[in-house]
Amino acid sequence: MASAKDETGRNRPPLELHVPEPHYRPGDAVDFSHLDITRPGAQPRPDEVCEAKETYPLCDDLIRVLGDDNQAHGPWDPRLGADSLRTMLREMALVRAFDNRMYRAQRQGKTSFYMKCRGEEATSVCATHALAADDMIFPSYRQQGCLIARGYEPIEMINQIYSNKADKLKGRQLPIMYCSKRLSFFSISGNLATQLPQATGFAMASASKGDSRIAATWVGEGSTAEGDFHSAMTFATVYNAPVIFNVINNQWAISSFSGFAGGERATFAARAIGYGIAGLRVDGNDPLAVYAAERWAADRARSNGGPTLIEHFTYRAEGHSTSDDPSAYRSADEQAEWPLGDPVNRLKNHLIALGEWDDERQEAQDAELDTMVKQAQKDAEKNGILGHGLHHPFHTMFEDVFEELPWHLEEQAEQAIRERRIKFPEGRPGS
Amino acid sequence: MSTAVAQNTSTASHDAGETKHMNMIEAINSALDVMLTRDPDVTLLGEDIGYFGGVFRCTAGLQEKHGKTRVFDTPISECGIIGVAVGMGAYGLRPVPEIQFADYIYPGLDQLISEAARLRYRSAAEFIAPMTVRSPFGGGIFGGQTHSQSPEAIFTHVSGLKTVIPASPYDAKGLLISCIEDNDPTIFFEPKRIYNGPFDGFYDKPAKSWKGRDDAQVPEGYYKIPLGKARKVTEGDAMTILAYGTMVHVAQSVCEAKGVEAEILDLRTLVPLDIEAIEASVERTGRCLIVHEATRTSGFGAELSALVTERCFYHLEAPVERVTGFDTPYPHSLEWAYFPGPVRIGEAIDKILEA
Repeated sequence: MASAKDETGRNRPPLELHVPEPHYRPGDAVDFSHLDITRPGAQPRPDEVCEAKETYPLCDDLIRVLGDDNQAHGPWDPRLGADSLRTMLREMALVRAFDNRMYRAQRQGKTSFYMKCRGEEATSVCATHALAADDMIFPSYRQQGCLIARGYEPIEMINQIYSNKADKLKGRQLPIMYCSKRLSFFSISGNLATQLPQATGFAMASASKGDSRIAATWVGEGSTAEGDFHSAMTFATVYNAPVIFNVINNQWAISSFSGFAGGERATFAARAIGYGIAGLRVDGNDPLAVYAAERWAADRARSNGGPTLIEHFTYRAEGHSTSDDPSAYRSADEQAEWPLGDPVNRLKNHLIALGEWDDERQEAQDAELDTMVKQAQKDAEKNGILGHGLHHPFHTMFEDVFEELPWHLEEQAEQAIRERRIKFPEGRPGS
Repeated sequence: MSTAVAQNTSTASHDAGETKHMNMIEAINSALDVMLTRDPDVTLLGEDIGYFGGVFRCTAGLQEKHGKTRVFDTPISECGIIGVAVGMGAYGLRPVPEIQFADYIYPGLDQLISEAARLRYRSAAEFIAPMTVRSPFGGGIFGGQTHSQSPEAIFTHVSGLKTVIPASPYDAKGLLISCIEDNDPTIFFEPKRIYNGPFDGFYDKPAKSWKGRDDAQVPEGYYKIPLGKARKVTEGDAMTILAYGTMVHVAQSVCEAKGVEAEILDLRTLVPLDIEAIEASVERTGRCLIVHEATRTSGFGAELSALVTERCFYHLEAPVERVTGFDTPYPHSLEWAYFPGPVRIGEAIDKILEA
């Protein structure tokens, strides 16, 4: 034991190391009454080109639009038409149907890995709708909603998830690490937060060319702890880059609660203050509030107002991925008790309250989307599932390391093909 | 005595313009100037490179000439510098980030190794990272352990990165232009000990300048030296010496002092390596010495030694030798005891010749 006396013999109080502990562990009863859930419509909406500091009260607030009465309230109401609302509802429902089917596909052994985004659909789908179609998205790994909102075909996604012979990424990437330059959706990395400086760099390049495209990037609250976050914020403020940082605070980073990223001390939106950029904290389960906040930040960036950090306060309703069991580290009651509800239900109920939707249409749409995903899955399976031989040719393993194949990779490619001939002298059907 | 091979005759094309004397700093500056002029997508960024022109003056005058959005200072954040360069490349620019000292590059490694180097592969060539990371490296300037390192083997170990190291002003310009035009991420290490003159390893003798040397006669315009091609520095039968950067000059001066007729190959590019030139030379001489300044264990010399042994074994008449820095941090006061200078090289040459 270290002595609590200094060299002159004076007593000093022993120091204590604080290791954060979440409120609830498995078996605990859950009570979220300590969360400050604000009144929808009560948050002021500053002008998009305001001084950044005008947004700072909003970093400790929570922008909400949809009330318990299923109506839109206050200055952040984006006043979207019913067609736009139905489109977002449909896409969120499609994401959910897709997630459910792919989760099952992983459990059936058709692929190695999957990640659902249940409860967080609004933070990708509705945010994407607030951007221009050619604004560049630098996603993290739970932004399938961005791709679906830009019209990516489910079969393309499933081909990637199966790493099959039709996978556009040639079976090189872990499932769900999509990429689509056509849809301005950057390649997903498994290394966290690296996309933040990259989005900033893209935005800087666009600005330096006098272009009108902005960049938007997504990151979990857990990986804001990475140095890349600080680098990106610093570059963004230094060059007033037209970039939006979406921090998805879903409370959990695998088994570590947001306290391990500093969430016990301050909101994640409040980090904007230290960098002198605009910050907004928004109810991430409120599709209208998410859209409105993202649109505010996009308009700000596009008018040379600079970067915005948006904290989407939400809840990860499922495990981190197919590789973890959330009941081993958090209370199973959390999801049911989450005070901000479910984004799909909230938008559905809003449309019903507007007289623009009903439960029968919702059920019919869910059935239609499930059939559509099922069909896409069947079609994708004709191209193969993981580990069943229908992969890209061996030589593709060595391509795209460089633009041109250098001699050492050519030699290694010859070896790989030789090994295969030794293992399968008669050839292997379908490969 | 070994015979020096004539330089500067092969690759300069008709638009390379008038030739003038340049030291390596001026040659690098000229390469950057030429590329900023030729290609509106070329963008320079780094700490102190703008108004000030870089701590080694490699970017002097370029901001004034090409503007603040083409040549600009950055925050002190190597992670940020490389990270935004990846994003700029995704947009379509051709960024040339400077890392002020190679010793400072480590905070940027994740962006280099996991992102820039892998982007083409993981996106099936939809996105590329056509950046050239320039950085002064190597010791011999009393830089202590944080301004002297030679970390090239970290980068040669990474699939998807090219590593290029010039040994003369002429090569520096031609290789740098090739790197900037290359569509893959390239590490361009500048041996800072020879920025101002070809260091021969005899630190206790007066420093030499590039003046009067053929390889410091540099065309003012555009020319390229292809990546992946070694340069034959001297011809000779006694042994093959594989070196790059500063150590090319040290090895040459030691051979001259000892009267050893060695064939010295300046590798110029470590990845992709000019294996054909290495094999052809070693098969002819039957002896091989590898010289680098970097630490020994898992250094690039280990790779070279393995390649020569695997591919030229039946031509070898002596074990392959490596001369390297020691496996310690680069010490300040004992810099010349660390440096793989004439004594260490001379001993290895004797050992190979006696075998």
